[in-house]
Amino acid sequence: MAYLQLRGIEKFFGEHRAIKGIDLTIQQGEFIVFVGPSGCGKSTLLRLIAGLENIDGGSLMLDGRDITDQPSSKRDLAMVFQSYALYPHMSVYENMSFALKLAKVDPAIVREKVERAAAILNLTTYLQRTPKELSGGQRQRVAIGRAIVRAPKVFLFDEPLSNLDAALRGQTRVEIAKLHRDLGATTIYVTHDQVEAMTLADRVVVLRDGLIEQVGTPLELYDKPANQFVAQFIGTPQMNVVPLQQLPAPVQQQAPAGAAGGAIGLRPENIAVRSTGTTPVSGQVDLVEALGAETLIYVSTPGGAQFVSRQNDRTGLRAGDAVSLDIDASQAHWFDPAGHVVAGQGA
Amino acid sequence: MTTRRRSSYPLGLLALRTVAAWGVALLLFFPLAWLLLTAFKTELQAIAVPPQLFFIPTLENFHEVQERSDYLLYAKNSVITSVLSTVVGLMLAAPAAYAMAFFKGKYTKDILMWMLSTKMMPAVGALVPIYVLAQKSHLLDTQLVLIIVFALSNLPIMVWMLYSHFKDIPREILEAARMDGATLWQEVRLVLLPLGMGGLASTGLLCLVLSWNEAFWSLNLSAAKAGTLATLIASYSSPEGLFWAKLSAASLMAIAPIVVFGWFSQKQLVQGLTFGAVK
Repeated sequence: MAYLQLRGIEKFFGEHRAIKGIDLTIQQGEFIVFVGPSGCGKSTLLRLIAGLENIDGGSLMLDGRDITDQPSSKRDLAMVFQSYALYPHMSVYENMSFALKLAKVDPAIVREKVERAAAILNLTTYLQRTPKELSGGQRQRVAIGRAIVRAPKVFLFDEPLSNLDAALRGQTRVEIAKLHRDLGATTIYVTHDQVEAMTLADRVVVLRDGLIEQVGTPLELYDKPANQFVAQFIGTPQMNVVPLQQLPAPVQQQAPAGAAGGAIGLRPENIAVRSTGTTPVSGQVDLVEALGAETLIYVSTPGGAQFVSRQNDRTGLRAGDAVSLDIDASQAHWFDPAGHVVAGQGA
Repeated sequence: MTTRRRSSYPLGLLALRTVAAWGVALLLFFPLAWLLLTAFKTELQAIAVPPQLFFIPTLENFHEVQERSDYLLYAKNSVITSVLSTVVGLMLAAPAAYAMAFFKGKYTKDILMWMLSTKMMPAVGALVPIYVLAQKSHLLDTQLVLIIVFALSNLPIMVWMLYSHFKDIPREILEAARMDGATLWQEVRLVLLPLGMGGLASTGLLCLVLSWNEAFWSLNLSAAKAGTLATLIASYSSPEGLFWAKLSAASLMAIAPIVVFGWFSQKQLVQGLTFGAVK
């Protein structure tokens, strides 16, 4: 049953068409992540759903109700802002109880809800402090607590982890995932970080230039990208996308007809580096990055192609060494000149 | 032997700077100080040459000012017109500043510039039209006309100052209030006003001072009934000659309230006037 339905959503900023017609269906309890490069419209789309910007075209339905023209205050949505947007002149308790007080909820019930949310987020000892007496991570949790207390129909997160340091980011990511598991609330989460997308989402929506490129589960997007943009956006290090003419002949011949003039896409873990002369594809090591748990080897071929290979073992290779590349063509993605995926022979 | 200095400047330069600063301050304060002294002199002492620094103070000037012209009436008019024009001005300026700060459009900056540009014309340029309007509406020599004119002439500055203060409030805090279910009025009352109170206070104080000292419109639009303290002082520059001592006493009585008020609220005033200077 569609819980949140976007139909033909459009948004103009003056002459500029920022959102170009978005159709999306979200089920109750799903964790949806909007991901995409800067300027792709993901935050704008979130704000359209929240009601902080007006929808210029299309319709928005929530739980059977048309909320396209409803003001934010009446949509029963809660938002966690990137900058937390806590009320600086109120204590943590007052921040978290603000919405309930506006709704004229009984003070005893307000107290109970706030204390329960504070317990879940480890904020109980901070309830009387003001935001400026809190650290970044604590403010983050207050912002989340403010949303939880309302038990809204949908939670909206706008890049909530970008202002945290790396260690705290990882930790908070896990907490958000646990929270979703415990509360089971429908969530829309915007991020530019594809690791967050892959780890938190039930489904990922990849956006570019105001349009949806692909919607799918994280692994669907990883294994079956619909086009070159999605293929290169998801996955670190980036998928190797190399124009066909830069490939040695034996590999080129394996390309399907539709990919003529296009490119091949290979994930770093599908390219193995072997001793020189063992495969038809030869190359030279440019750089070795030893990350501890895995090793990345950057290789360039005489044709001008550059590949990154990922392996779990350590290597004794150094820059300048001659090597051979073992390309698993059955795992290759083939793209036509326009970037669309072409069905491959081995795929 | 080394001497430890608190600043990196040589001692001589520091002394010179201190003397110069004191000199400038005394120079600026001198007219007021002389005013203070003269108010307590007799007329004869006031015009004595060489000027007298030491004398027996007298209160007779203050008595005469109060007898000859009703000081309390003028003071009351000053208070009422300043306070009410400030309130009206804030009520008009705050919504305008809110709209400009949080819903900036293509022409917002142009409108602000235009508002400020209206202050560049000398008031006398608008004297005749406003006088005629006041006369036709039977508002001459009423407190109402002064309140309206004071509020409107200070409005550009108030909008500008409030706009600058509101801009410092992150927009997302207001959006969060909206998401929490606040109507526009609740958003303003519960979030914007508490956060913007400093800006509102200093803007209000500035407007209060400007209205209190406004002499041009008071002199031209009011007389015996609605005259403000500015009118009172002007009435002492008579064709009979200048009565220095009484003039000083009248002036002192006119500026004393606002100077005392300003002294107590100087922190807010300075903050309001220097916002944005250090960012």
